[in-house]
Amino acid sequence: MLPATYLDVESIRSDFPILTRQVNGNPLTYLDNAATSQKPTQVIQSLVDYYERYNSNVHRGVHTLSIEATEAYEDARGKVQRFINAPSSESIIWTRNTSESLNLVAYTWAEANVAVGDEIVTTAMEHHSDIVPWQQLAMRKGATLKIIPETENGRLDMEQAAELITERTKIVATTHMSNVLGTVVDVKALADAAHAVGAVILVDGAQSVPHMPVDVQALDCDFMAFSAHKMLGPTGIGVLYGRPEILEVMPPWMFGGDMILQVSYEDASWNDLPYRFEAGTPNIADAIATGAAVDYLEVIGMDNVWAHEQKITGYALGRFAELEGINLLGPQEIENKGAVLSFSHDSLHSHDLGTALDQLGIAIRTGHHCAMPLIRSHGIVSAARASFYIYNTEGEVDVLIDGLKEAERYFSKAGIA
Amino acid sequence: MQQGLGDLDELYQEVLLDHYRNPRNTELLDDPTSEVDAINPFCGDEIHMQLGLYGDTVASISVTGQGCSISQAAGSLLTEIVDGRTTTEARELRELFREMMTGEEVSEEVADRLEDSLALQGVRRFPVRIKCALLSWSALIDALDKVAPAKP
Ligand SMILES: Cc1ncc(COP(=O)(O)O)c(C=O)c1O
Repeated sequence: MLPATYLDVESIRSDFPILTRQVNGNPLTYLDNAATSQKPTQVIQSLVDYYERYNSNVHRGVHTLSIEATEAYEDARGKVQRFINAPSSESIIWTRNTSESLNLVAYTWAEANVAVGDEIVTTAMEHHSDIVPWQQLAMRKGATLKIIPETENGRLDMEQAAELITERTKIVATTHMSNVLGTVVDVKALADAAHAVGAVILVDGAQSVPHMPVDVQALDCDFMAFSAHKMLGPTGIGVLYGRPEILEVMPPWMFGGDMILQVSYEDASWNDLPYRFEAGTPNIADAIATGAAVDYLEVIGMDNVWAHEQKITGYALGRFAELEGINLLGPQEIENKGAVLSFSHDSLHSHDLGTALDQLGIAIRTGHHCAMPLIRSHGIVSAARASFYIYNTEGEVDVLIDGLKEAERYFSKAGIA
Repeated sequence: MQQGLGDLDELYQEVLLDHYRNPRNTELLDDPTSEVDAINPFCGDEIHMQLGLYGDTVASISVTGQGCSISQAAGSLLTEIVDGRTTTEARELRELFREMMTGEEVSEEVADRLEDSLALQGVRRFPVRIKCALLSWSALIDALDKVAPAKP
């Protein structure tokens, strides 16, 4: 692996126009990357190129623009396939986002394969998008939802997992990396446990695919969901990877143009993979721009992305130790922890902290992080979260720490901290 | 020149801080006429409101909850001006409060009627926090509607 210094942060930063912005009279310090990342010029330009030079519908024309658009669109699919080492481009389905990818599995594979008395296993650290579809499925089917708990030090309890995954389990739905705790889950171990009982495993890769090398074949997962907007790509597009043998027999869920093979007034038959799951005109421009985002990340190298984030996270963990009244959630050591630091304050609500930091140009996330059960299980109602990416620096961690100290001073003078 | 936290003073006025530190009317009512829970789904702020009506008058009111300083102080401030009002007056106050949060400068008359809740005027400059200030007021309307739905 190349040393982390290989990543030239200053040159990366110059690719992101937004990073020159001022917010409330201060330079922007963008630390809300787990919510969505910023976009480099290369990605923005690929959108402009498409609309200015070859905007056209795909898969349905013999004219030059349509051929060019179709090629670029399918090319982007190929890039995503190689990026996560999927076995074939047919196993890459474009969706709107992670949430839609997860729902797609709940409404197709799970709808057909989960019955009364079956069990669905998920974890205590899921985003709402990977809890609610399973609650709803369990209610529709009379199935049981089981939750793998979190250990005291913010990891997933793998001993409990071994007990909770049983002969009755049909699907294991787990995050690859928690958007609140930063915990990286041993997906391969869960995949082995699931497969041993004949279940499938679905992985929420929303926070892992943007930040670390991900190989769906090495992880042996059956489904992987992620969003382009968290990995330098545009909003409005996401991916569902599915193991080809499973997708082949999975029923479609949305019907219409592009997903059909033949249609009569009485009936229809289905197109090949992956089109069977992509009804209607797809999000062509954003798929192409996702390809540009993948190109950008591959030039840097995902090993380097991860190494850089480990370095920043390690540095931030050290500096957070200086702060009083601040309680970090999740693992306190960087092994298998992504670049996400969530914290609560002894007396201040995260919104008050967030508003103060915003005055200083610092963007963090505040609130329940779409993980209400997890936040509540920590005995709090809200948390603040700083999350890092390739363009963040140790200097920005210092800005955050100074900002938190300044906020603490302000609110303690005000008598509420 | 880098900007500091000075602008926050407009938001965190002393009256608001005082109500956040020492919220008023938090004692639960024995026999509330109406009670509601209001949650802001975006941030998780929670308000639990109880009303005790005597005829058409708010004879007792209790607000408890969890959340940011603005949402909790606004709830406490609300109890002070709504206590003892008729339900019609309470609804009017809500309209005035909402105008203050979303509109232009308030008139002297409106300022008088809103009493200490006027301290929340500064929230206007922080648009994402307006919903925090409004949460308990929408709880009030829900609680009143439960007793007697608003006339069309
Ligand atoms: C772990 C995780 N899962 C799912 C999602 C949902 O992603 P999206 O909003 O793009 O559907 C997110 C994003 O917030 C996430 O962090």
